[in-house]
Amino acid sequence: MKREDDFEVRRMHIANLTDEELYERFWSLTQQVVEPLLELGRKNTTPSIERAVLLRMGISSIDTKPIVEGCMDRGLMGKGAGHVVYKLAQARGITVQEAGILLAQGKHWDDVVALFEK
Amino acid sequence: MTDMKQELKHNEKLDVENILKDLDQYTPRRKGWTWREHVSRQQMGPFTYLDSSKPLKNSVPLPPAKYFGNIDPQSMPVITTEIASGRFEDDIRRMRMAAWHGADHIMVIRTAGQSHMDGLMEGTPQGIGGVPITRKQVRAQRKALDLIEDEVGRPINYHSYVSGVAGPDVAVMFAEEGINGAHQDPQYNVLYRNINCVRSFVDACESKKVLAWAEIAQIDGAHNANATAREAWKVMPELIVQHAINAMFSEMVGIKPENICLSTVPPTATPAPCVFMDLPYAVALRDFCNRYKMRAQMNTKYIDSSAREATVTHVLNMLISKLTSADIQSTITPDEGRNVPWHIYNIEACDTAKQTLIGLDGLMEMIELKEEGPLRENAREIKERACLFMEEILEAGGYFQAVQEGFFVDSAMYPARNGDGIARKIEGGVGYGYIYQRDEDYMAPVTAHFGYNNVEQYGADPENPSALIGGCTLEDRSKIVYIDELDPEDNVNVRMEENKKYRNSDLVKPEMEWLADGTVLWTLFLPLNKRVAEVVAIEIAKKMGLEEPEVISREVMQEVEGTRIELKGKVPFDIDVSQLTIPEPPKVLSDDEIRKDIEDYPLKIVAGTVGEDEHSVGLREIIDIKHGGIEKFGIEVEYLGTSVPVEKLVDAAVELNAEVILASTIISHDNIHYKNMKRIHELAVEKGIRDQVIICAGGTQVISEEAAKTGIDAGFGRGSHGIDVASFIVEERQRRRAKAE
Repeated sequence: MKREDDFEVRRMHIANLTDEELYERFWSLTQQVVEPLLELGRKNTTPSIERAVLLRMGISSIDTKPIVEGCMDRGLMGKGAGHVVYKLAQARGITVQEAGILLAQGKHWDDVVALFEK
Repeated sequence: MTDMKQELKHNEKLDVENILKDLDQYTPRRKGWTWREHVSRQQMGPFTYLDSSKPLKNSVPLPPAKYFGNIDPQSMPVITTEIASGRFEDDIRRMRMAAWHGADHIMVIRTAGQSHMDGLMEGTPQGIGGVPITRKQVRAQRKALDLIEDEVGRPINYHSYVSGVAGPDVAVMFAEEGINGAHQDPQYNVLYRNINCVRSFVDACESKKVLAWAEIAQIDGAHNANATAREAWKVMPELIVQHAINAMFSEMVGIKPENICLSTVPPTATPAPCVFMDLPYAVALRDFCNRYKMRAQMNTKYIDSSAREATVTHVLNMLISKLTSADIQSTITPDEGRNVPWHIYNIEACDTAKQTLIGLDGLMEMIELKEEGPLRENAREIKERACLFMEEILEAGGYFQAVQEGFFVDSAMYPARNGDGIARKIEGGVGYGYIYQRDEDYMAPVTAHFGYNNVEQYGADPENPSALIGGCTLEDRSKIVYIDELDPEDNVNVRMEENKKYRNSDLVKPEMEWLADGTVLWTLFLPLNKRVAEVVAIEIAKKMGLEEPEVISREVMQEVEGTRIELKGKVPFDIDVSQLTIPEPPKVLSDDEIRKDIEDYPLKIVAGTVGEDEHSVGLREIIDIKHGGIEKFGIEVEYLGTSVPVEKLVDAAVELNAEVILASTIISHDNIHYKNMKRIHELAVEKGIRDQVIICAGGTQVISEEAAKTGIDAGFGRGSHGIDVASFIVEERQRRRAKAE
């Protein structure tokens, strides 16, 4: 879009605001811009977020990738990759790290799919 | 924890091999950012500082500090330097040098392309234009900085980038590894890395939540709009909008305002009247964003290949910092416009910042910014324009829509638009399509996780989700999986094996960024026009044996009269230091020893400035008691004045029966100073007194070895003091007495 500088016209409704009022207005607008972005973050997840969850669970960075890909392939991202690992660990009575290694090796994916179908 | 007793010795090289040992066991000593400690009305040497911070235990002061007892006052802002040559192992040594010059915020730029890598990089591959940021590299550098901060006596903040499609992965690794500062700004991903905008913001929520947990100081990326836009000063309203979006977004995720730092650049540079234009912007930004910290960056948009010009721009930038505020003063190396920065320029940049900020100490106690006139009027206008920009984002339907419509990095001053902004599709870019809605039973059993997390389904406390797994890596470090190397060829061990013979050995090559890279920089003037000068310079370099010569800067002195050239190249040889004779540093006697000798054997000397030279400062400092000169030892000095003919000096020695002739030869062309020394020696021989007198000469251009070749007994160059001259005379007299016995 090309547009001439129409600042003088555009500013008319804020021209008489005090500096404090302008400040308040600016930050209230900013908050309105930012709110929906946070809402997206609350409701959604991504491969990198899930990898970052797995890292914190003590899973190697090399293994986080195949686990998250396994979740994406099987429609399990909405559950959380950490959740998938946790559930397998619970079901088999092993640690989450052990469960992570198994999943990274491509093992027990059918089991976790079944666990979430219950 | 590895050997706790490790510490650096100021006169020993940092042992990089030792740093790399036992990294798997390393534990960072703290988390979070550290500011400098203010010292109120600090006395140092003869001066009082109003805006200075706690001094360092070990440092390299500014060159003129030698006149003031080597004081090294430190400014209040944290000083940043960016060090990332591609080889992190060589950067460690540069970090130590920078810390000694006052840097306490070390930023490591990532290697090209890392932001598009899906997941963490591991090992220690060599980087391009930066360093691959990996757990091993980060640990090694943080571990080295622990030693360096103990050595200089001030905490050093270590910093890198949390962006790209692996932002949250990197944030977690940084939190685990005790990183203190990080760039994090989803707008940067969107605009400059073409990462899908929705993905960027969703990822950023998680990254910021982790940064908040680790108390990492966050720096935003808004200044890049300035570096990218065609007419950089016109993006001022947008810069404020970008700062505000990231700052508010970060605060709402949970980062404390005092850990949110805005990366702000004075948008213009000379020949624009830059302070007049940049100051209202700086005031407007600080008015609006007063809850947050200011990280004052320097202008890179208009940086060219002249290091001198870049330095002046940066000094002007720091004037803006001083007139407004800066919590962190970043530095840009003055060679940034021509190559990947070199060691010496990091140090120059740190010194430029220290010198400028200390030079301006206390300024605001004497002046203030006017409340009326163009400063406040222009600042108000910029704020209004920013406010209108934010309004239009909402009118367009929100941030993503605004990005899609090319609102950002348009080269016109908002609300004018040139239609050349960077537009990114909501449904497009790297990482598009990888957004997943969380189900009702979505769960992540970890600390510092943002958003919906149903741990209640397992009976856990939503305040402490990681309790489900007995604590995550943020509570229990033993769960972190440390990976050493993945690539058997491209790693630090292989690189260090290749240049091993230059490490801890007598073999040496010049170095600009990597150990033994052989790189040298030459400055030359050629009485030629620019085009011809460049070609001739390369030819000269080849004849001198330089490999890969390349002109890196050319400045016209006059279009036909001449060109100043700066050229880099590599020397193909090394020097074996063990094969050289390194002259011993001159020994000085104690004041008491000298006094005792003069008392036992009274001494008379004649002194004067020879040749046609009216300067007397240097010689007076050597002689005068009030300058700590030789008179204080009880030496009787007959001072003959300036422009003394050499014959008169020798005649006076004969007449007064002086034991020493002291001649000063300050500045001369065509080696007249050495010719004069030779003449004094010859005259003394002719008059038959050579064996009875000690002849000494000094001056700023005098080299001791060259002076000795003229037949005199000693020459004293720049930096010599009365004590050096007195020590030599006393010792020479003792030698002569011993010989006579």
